[in-house]
Amino acid sequence: MSNLGLPAGIDFGRPIRSLRWFGGRVSLRFDIKTATICLTLLAIALVVALVTLASGDYQVPLPDVVRALLGQGEGRIHMVVVEWRLPRTALALLLGAALGMGGAIFQSLTRNPLGSPDIIGFDAGAFTGALIVITLLHGSYYAIAGGALFGGLVTALVVYALAYNRGVQGFRLIIVGIGVSAMLTALNTWILLRAKLEVAMAAAIWGAGTLNGLDLDRLFPAMIILAVLMPLAMLMSRPMGQLELGDDAARALGVNAERTRLALLVLGVALTATVTATAGPIGFVALSAPQLARRLTGTASVAILPAAAMGALLLAVADFVAQRAFAPTQIPVGIVTVSLGGIYFVWLLLREARRQ
Amino acid sequence: MNQIDPVPPAAAPRLFAEGVTIGYDNRIISKDLSVAIPDRSFTVIVGANACGKSTLLRALSRLIKPAAGRVVLDGAAISSYPAKEVARRLGLLPQTSIAPEGITVADLIARGRYPHQKLLQQWSHADEAAVIAAMEATKVTELSHRLVDELSGGQRQRVWVAMVLAQETPLLLLDEPTTFLDITHQIELLELLDGLNRRNGQTIVAVLHDLNHACRYASHIIAMRDGQVIAEGPPREIVTAELVERVFGLPCIIIDDPIAHTPLVIPRGSIPKT
Repeated sequence: MSNLGLPAGIDFGRPIRSLRWFGGRVSLRFDIKTATICLTLLAIALVVALVTLASGDYQVPLPDVVRALLGQGEGRIHMVVVEWRLPRTALALLLGAALGMGGAIFQSLTRNPLGSPDIIGFDAGAFTGALIVITLLHGSYYAIAGGALFGGLVTALVVYALAYNRGVQGFRLIIVGIGVSAMLTALNTWILLRAKLEVAMAAAIWGAGTLNGLDLDRLFPAMIILAVLMPLAMLMSRPMGQLELGDDAARALGVNAERTRLALLVLGVALTATVTATAGPIGFVALSAPQLARRLTGTASVAILPAAAMGALLLAVADFVAQRAFAPTQIPVGIVTVSLGGIYFVWLLLREARRQ
Repeated sequence: MNQIDPVPPAAAPRLFAEGVTIGYDNRIISKDLSVAIPDRSFTVIVGANACGKSTLLRALSRLIKPAAGRVVLDGAAISSYPAKEVARRLGLLPQTSIAPEGITVADLIARGRYPHQKLLQQWSHADEAAVIAAMEATKVTELSHRLVDELSGGQRQRVWVAMVLAQETPLLLLDEPTTFLDITHQIELLELLDGLNRRNGQTIVAVLHDLNHACRYASHIIAMRDGQVIAEGPPREIVTAELVERVFGLPCIIIDDPIAHTPLVIPRGSIPKT
């Protein structure tokens, strides 16, 4: 235990501590501001989640919610809070974090705040996959999830292949993605128009992205997959930062640029695909969370952990609004994120346009 | 010493290329090129634009893979090493690098430590010491908290040099490090590299445009034309008016540099005014 928490001997322009344990065998540069902001975002997200758990047709006082979560609630409250409401709220936090991470990865790879999976065609492709399963095969929930995964992955591969020209550049990826996305959206509309009305309505709700009616059966698969993907994404965050120096510099510093990029692309797609397969394409969280988090932390480029915390908060808030805004009618959470995100998107486009 | 010896001398240098054919896609730039970097030398590669000097530097630092032949680092093909292992022995400052938006000077320089860091060791005492030393050597300590975007061109280049210095490699390759600097900063940078070479025995390989800078600072010059090495050796031995004419197509005379007593190239140009 040496040098615990001493200020770094270098002025990084922000409060940094050099942490070293076990005689230097473990060491890291601890960014106090980033850590504080991550924890604050998570704390707010948890509060929003608690309020969401408490509210509904059957109001539960907050202390009772906490007691129920700790396994000390009485039967009826336990059923309402833990069995009915918890899976959905936990999914909002978890899927929001996954979207934030996926968005951070794509924006870092493309070096562009527009380079998020929903913009570059992944969501449209996933919807196409799901639509085909819903309308033609009349598949179950898992078949739809599988169809969405397949559709999203194939779209990602096609976009990657079309944008490939001796390696993939961010801007090409975005432009090709927007093009492919537009074509798929047209295809999706055509499929919806040809489908029977009830089928089309169910499909449209799925296509907006919804947490309605998600229970433990949906929570566990997502939890297990994300428990693998999220630590992997955190492991990749250092080579990801090196890649932002440009391919030549990154390679000169010992990063295998093409392999790292491919690994990050697969991770980003897998994170987003897990969300889409579970709840449908929830738009704009992946786009906005990394940038909003970056604005708060003031760090260079986007970072995975703050984006995850911000994503969890955004989706938790959006889910609360989706449940309560038009109660008792519940709207798909994707509609809330798209509405909130639309405002952000317009602001982002204006800002980018002004800078050029 | 105008002859190129394709076989490296008995004690092979740490870095050499052996019969390499290099280029981009189907365009071959150098064919069957062999060149050795003398250990502990300050080697400068010179030649006209598009003569293949940057391409050679990129091949030596395994940024491009030769179509034939091999680049040897410390007795083994450079392609056989893990990427981080190469990066602990050989540093490269590319011609163009991108500073991520909003990055501070210290943060950027600290990224030069990447090849020395592990999953659990992300900021050792050695990392911190190397960054401090690199900042002192390049005189950017006072700038450490500033944003790279806000710096002048000369300051920014010093920061990038500090990043490769923090990498602490025995071999340091730089691709046109002086190109965007004014004359004062050019000399300052060359003095810095010269100091590293003399004091630490670091082997420096730089692509430079200014032949007189090469003559002044290099202990070993590699002159290239059309992807081939025309001559190599210490400036005093190889830089002649004939060589400059052959390499650059520039009629000139060579005089003695009154300060360093190295060759000084004076272009003949057209008839002087007055």
